[in-house]
Amino acid sequence: MGMAANKVGIISCSGEEIPEGTISRIATRLVLEKLRPEETVTICLPLFLAGSEDERAFARVFPTITVDGCDKRCAEIGTKKYSGKPTATVVVTDILKKYPQLNLKSRDELNAEELELAEKVAEEIAKKVDEALSQKRGAKRRKS
Amino acid sequence: MERKVSKQNVFIIPCSGIGKSLGTVGRKAAYKVIEELRPNQARTTCLALLTIGDEETLKMIRENPCISIDGCPAQCSKKNIEASKGKLVRSIMVTDVLRNHRGLKPEGVIKLNAEGEKLASLLADEVVKEVDKIEGDDE
Repeated sequence: MGMAANKVGIISCSGEEIPEGTISRIATRLVLEKLRPEETVTICLPLFLAGSEDERAFARVFPTITVDGCDKRCAEIGTKKYSGKPTATVVVTDILKKYPQLNLKSRDELNAEELELAEKVAEEIAKKVDEALSQKRGAKRRKS
Repeated sequence: MERKVSKQNVFIIPCSGIGKSLGTVGRKAAYKVIEELRPNQARTTCLALLTIGDEETLKMIRENPCISIDGCPAQCSKKNIEASKGKLVRSIMVTDVLRNHRGLKPEGVIKLNAEGEKLASLLADEVVKEVDKIEGDDE
């Protein structure tokens, strides 16, 4: 984790059981691959329990944004429990309230409408990445 | 032929695998089994619920047989089920299936390429064999 200086961590819930979990996972990947590829890193949430102290250091090394599909908030709770307090949180069901006409169906392949929602969630995450980086730079300036 | 409805549900639990194609292959295979191949016998739950120790989920995986599917040697699914004292009856590594089909080059996490899809189907067939074995044992 040596390149931590300019990176923000994103941890998604695994969310296999519900479509919102798949949205959360795809949105996270969109940020990692397309929106902020140079500024973000991730780790599999279940690795906090299955892995070592190195993995559990993740949220202490990187300012971390958790992305959850539902209000069980596994990513947020798991990150707090094993690693550190997240810098920011995103919950898909909260964002979904703005789009009451959307009826999520698929846990596997997202349809066009679901993919559009994943893109909106990804934009929310990207905003929080920018805020976290700006806070980090501000704190660095104040120190020097 | 209509399949009988199971008295129990076999839990198919893939790793979250967000960093690698093989994680997506495992997840895709799990959906294939629970939604297409054995919808009356198999189901899934969120692995993350085990990570946070959700009581209701722990109870279900302790009472029902579980099959883990892992995309990498960290074996998060297997280890989370074991740590949760779940009834783990079989652990499957995506890499073991890939080893038997070396020509396949799965790629993509958001969207698998055709070879990734093919590997997911082959993996799903392996999982189905295990589900049927468990169902057979239950009779």
